[in-house]
Amino acid sequence: MSDGTVRLPSGLPSPLHRSSPHESALRHVTGTARYTDDLPAPAGMLHAVFVASPHAHARILERDGDAARSMPGVRAVLFHDSVPGDNRVGPIVHDEPVLAEDEVHHVGMPVALVVADTREQAEAAAHAVRLTWAPLPAVLSIDAAIEAGSYLNDPHVIARGDAEAALAASACVVSGEVRSPGQDHFYLETHCARAIPEEGGAWKVWSSTQHPTEVQRMVARVLGIGAHMVSCEVPRLGGGFGGKESQAANVAALAALGAHATGRPVSVWLDRATDMASTGKRHPFLARYRAGFDADGRIRVLVAQLWSDGGFALDLSPAVMDRALFHLDNAYFVEALRFEGRCCRTNLPSNTAFRGFGGPQGALVVEAAMDDAAAALGMDPAAVRRASYYDGPARSVTPYGQVVPDTRIVAIHEGLAARADYAARRGDIEAEHAAARTALAAGTASPAQRWLRRGIALAPVKFGISFTNAPLNQAGAFVLVYADGTVQLNHGGIEMGQGLHTKMLAVCCDTLGVSLPRVRVLNTSTEKVPNTSATAASSGSDLNGQAVRDACVTLRQRMAPVAADLLGCAAEELRFAGDAVHAPSGRSMSFAELASTCWLRQVSLAATGFYRTPGIAYDKAAGRGTPFFYYAWGAAVFEVELNGLTGEHVLRRVDVLHDVGDSLIPSIDVGQVEGAVVQGVGWLTNEEVLFRPDGAVLTRGPSTYKIPAAGDVPEAFHVALLDHATQPGTIGGSKAVGEPPFVLSIGIIGALRHAVSGFAPRPGTPVTLGLPATPERLLGAVEAVRR
Amino acid sequence: MSEPIRFVLDDQPVTVGDAPPTRTLLQWLRSHGKVGTKEGCAEGDCGACTVALEDTGPDGAPRLRAVNSCILLLPMVDGRRLWTVEGIGTPDAPHPVQQAMVERLGSQCGYCTPGFVMSLFEAHHRKDLDAAWKLDDQVCGNLCRCTGYRPIKQALADTAGTAASALPAARTPVAARTETFHYQAEGAHFVAPRNLQDGLEILAAFPDARIVAGATDLGLHVTKGGQRFAGLLSVEHLPGLRGVTSTATGWRIGAATDLVTLEDWSATALPMLHRMLRYFGSRQIKHRATLGGNLCNASPIGDTPPVLLALDAIAVIATLTTAGPTERRVPLSAFFTGYRSTALSPGEILVAIEVPALSPDARTGAYKVSRRREMDISAVSAAFRLELDGERILEARVAYGGVAATPVRLGEVETLLRDAVWSDATAERAADLAASSIRPMSDHRGTADFRRLLVRNLLLGFREETRETSFRALPAGHCGTVVLDASPAGDPR
Repeated sequence: MSDGTVRLPSGLPSPLHRSSPHESALRHVTGTARYTDDLPAPAGMLHAVFVASPHAHARILERDGDAARSMPGVRAVLFHDSVPGDNRVGPIVHDEPVLAEDEVHHVGMPVALVVADTREQAEAAAHAVRLTWAPLPAVLSIDAAIEAGSYLNDPHVIARGDAEAALAASACVVSGEVRSPGQDHFYLETHCARAIPEEGGAWKVWSSTQHPTEVQRMVARVLGIGAHMVSCEVPRLGGGFGGKESQAANVAALAALGAHATGRPVSVWLDRATDMASTGKRHPFLARYRAGFDADGRIRVLVAQLWSDGGFALDLSPAVMDRALFHLDNAYFVEALRFEGRCCRTNLPSNTAFRGFGGPQGALVVEAAMDDAAAALGMDPAAVRRASYYDGPARSVTPYGQVVPDTRIVAIHEGLAARADYAARRGDIEAEHAAARTALAAGTASPAQRWLRRGIALAPVKFGISFTNAPLNQAGAFVLVYADGTVQLNHGGIEMGQGLHTKMLAVCCDTLGVSLPRVRVLNTSTEKVPNTSATAASSGSDLNGQAVRDACVTLRQRMAPVAADLLGCAAEELRFAGDAVHAPSGRSMSFAELASTCWLRQVSLAATGFYRTPGIAYDKAAGRGTPFFYYAWGAAVFEVELNGLTGEHVLRRVDVLHDVGDSLIPSIDVGQVEGAVVQGVGWLTNEEVLFRPDGAVLTRGPSTYKIPAAGDVPEAFHVALLDHATQPGTIGGSKAVGEPPFVLSIGIIGALRHAVSGFAPRPGTPVTLGLPATPERLLGAVEAVRR
Repeated sequence: MSEPIRFVLDDQPVTVGDAPPTRTLLQWLRSHGKVGTKEGCAEGDCGACTVALEDTGPDGAPRLRAVNSCILLLPMVDGRRLWTVEGIGTPDAPHPVQQAMVERLGSQCGYCTPGFVMSLFEAHHRKDLDAAWKLDDQVCGNLCRCTGYRPIKQALADTAGTAASALPAARTPVAARTETFHYQAEGAHFVAPRNLQDGLEILAAFPDARIVAGATDLGLHVTKGGQRFAGLLSVEHLPGLRGVTSTATGWRIGAATDLVTLEDWSATALPMLHRMLRYFGSRQIKHRATLGGNLCNASPIGDTPPVLLALDAIAVIATLTTAGPTERRVPLSAFFTGYRSTALSPGEILVAIEVPALSPDARTGAYKVSRRREMDISAVSAAFRLELDGERILEARVAYGGVAATPVRLGEVETLLRDAVWSDATAERAADLAASSIRPMSDHRGTADFRRLLVRNLLLGFREETRETSFRALPAGHCGTVVLDASPAGDPR
């Protein structure tokens, strides 16, 4: 994007494209950064907890809140009939009751809301709410849903060519099933919302949400009022990862309901166990696939059928399935294909957005096929991948008809393989496997040769960037310059740790030519920027960055004529840099002086900015379109070591080469890549959402749900960003970074399968490895190949 | 006579008289404006609530201890100095560990950050962080969902051990108590006697009082189980219950000895115990958890019982008689009487664990397999001890956790081993017998089949480790709980 800015060596440098700490870092580390539950309580604030269904599916026969109402401190006990507006909410369709009506549809579903002076009193009274039930049959798995024909939507099909004929003609055909696991978001800050009644029937809502507009909309809907009567403000999130995209609205609606009934401010904060037991997670998927390859390892055809576990309500499940289908090709050109996906309805919490949004679940399928084919062909799995990439015009059209314009993945693969010394290391490991086989057969094996194997794998990613629902690709900003030359920056995005505010500050400073201390970024509020999209789909800085720049360009265009007049030049000759405005003559004036002069001359110093992504369109019925503005690319090499006695493994080394375009803030982007890879490794190894047979979530805390700890991360972790990677048409030539590197974590599965294969008496023995790859599953896989 | 809780918070004196004894420190902090310290789980597993407590070791030396404020009961900070993330630095004048976290980009969302900062704060004042695994251990009780840990570990490495003194500088003095502390609020009592006689007398007068040491388990009953105890008797200030002393036949470990103290001591004295403690739990938990607590819980998945069973440890139990405190000794193999029940009678306090000295020829091993290496509960734990005459086994101890209702010794396997030659074939026969002689259950930590396989394989792994040497220390970067050959590829960096 060219806007005439020239960066000068003189004065303060622009913070754009430079590494820097997180803008809130000093407040994070001193405990002064405030999250929703940290805000000072408004006078008279009450606390509400909900009574959760103990049944996965049941009819409610009786509900009686009288005993609870008579308990100390209790101000209200509410059921669905207390909702003044519409009890149904939901991001796509309104199918989620805020409080259960005639039936409950999952264990943990809110049935009643108890509001009391203290949280302890509300919890005590919640036990006194009397409910009687008639249990109904429950559907608790994808398999059970398929059996029962229990679905949330119709199948989405993407097809090209004659897949069956292509399979018949393939030199190598592999088939299999992939069951990808769910995943709890485990944001460190659990869901929290406060609703505060204001004068004239208006409402202020503080929410830990990725989507304040959705909170505003749903609170208005539940209260039966217009959106203009509700303001939603968000300080920052202690992590979101998709878990607070749609589901924060339900929590805020409960707070609003309690506040409406009592006329007092009400806080709803979910403790960890309630958060984990009642909210949705990453969608588990079942995939069945058949893939055909050439003798040289190039994929020709992929047929895949996907089912996701959507839980009891639609939430965002269809969009998650769409993205899974859009990523079944991952980085590979597939000529003939048939992809079909459908969301199952089960009696579990409604599964929701989670970093990657179906993309990882889709890519996992083709990556499994790649590994299968390599084993069948006796090839290096990286060579099978290298042969199959999108590459050049003849291999550039995606399954849904969008053209992949560049072939960065080939350069990334080659660059990474060299950087990580992949070929030599794989050779060493293969030699170790061979030596161990020989020694075991001869009875001369060392303990390590009996029980330890290394494995290595390379995994790529191609990730489509944009909301696949085209209208969501818009954003706004509101920038205010004060007469002293300081600036307030508002934009529609949420800061949840990803460094969005840091990037937006850099864009603002770069465009206005001011330094960071002059600019303050404010809480995200629906009062400042209306009708925002969720901060999701990795789009935060793409969309909001353009809107911020647009607002700042508008301000500059208004201020420039004033400066031009004072400095004796044409407005378009001016340069804004280093807290000053410079004329070609060398004359300059400070930004503060210009701002005060603009005020004196009655020039507006507040401007909105807006951006919409051009060209996004997708025809779901036809399975054709352009759902993405561009693609982000990357690749990673994983090396593991596996203990065949216990199934334990260590992640010895990870090398990543990732494409973020021209990074807006490189230090932030490296942090995003590292964090995404580790989060993905957790998904595929030790994190496991477990349920009791009755459908209740068993893993309700970190004591049973094990996200990666400090000792689980790679002993050596080398992340590099692709050089000379300018992306046309984006803010600062950058690319989205939040989700794409999550997909790279799939490489750990290839590395573990490689290590398991080393325990087999014969090379090339097929390896079956269930997910997540816990010590138990890994030990089972080792035992299976040993025989 | 009830007295208020007095402590020093961020160098300011604090007096509390109205909070119930089961109010956690975190609840109190957050309701009194100290919201910099966060709740992430209320079960001592995520570390967002970490604060630093000044304390003395059994030797009387001052030490700073990172602890989980979410399961620490407020009366337990009486007489102590406490530091929170808000007290050690400000945005204008950050502490060196805070500055390092900023410069390394150790915070993303920032919610886990206060807890990490306090773990780094403790590390800043430690002088013994001389190995990479110790740095990992220092922060294994702090979970971060954003960063992937590398920048945090860099900030830790930058600042660990760089403080000039063992304790931070402070102006406000702490008045240590020498007499029994009795705190009463909302009809509940918390009593912390200063000598055993007083403790036993209180217990005799209030037999329903619940004995508590570090509260790392009891705290969960408060935060997760909603329990409110009418009477709590704290044994953590009983002088005879802390520290390790040498005896004629071995060692006497005070029951209220914290596990960090024990981990430090056992590194040279009892490496088998040290190895189990390395993966026992987080630094924060080990600072508060005690050996006696781990035994009195009588959990089938406690990690120290198999080790102590293999060592023929003896529980020393005190009771009050007319002659004053009187001790009785119970072999640990008779201490666990059923699922979560012990040989302790009402009015009795476990005061010590006696461990006989190992013979120089003993071969020992201690193992723990869990879903996650650090900070997890074992699927199976195991401890083995062989006394050898040359290659002939004179005596064998084979103990497991996680395979029955209590930690168990497998007598049949010990019998098989006794008088046999310690060989691969013997180990395989013993391993097969061990696997077939247990009836483990299936739960979320592992199926019965997995547990049976681990029971077998850990004994095989013990054979691999002890074929020639008596004991192996756990190297850095090792793969799994069993030490096999050094990693084939050497240093991955």
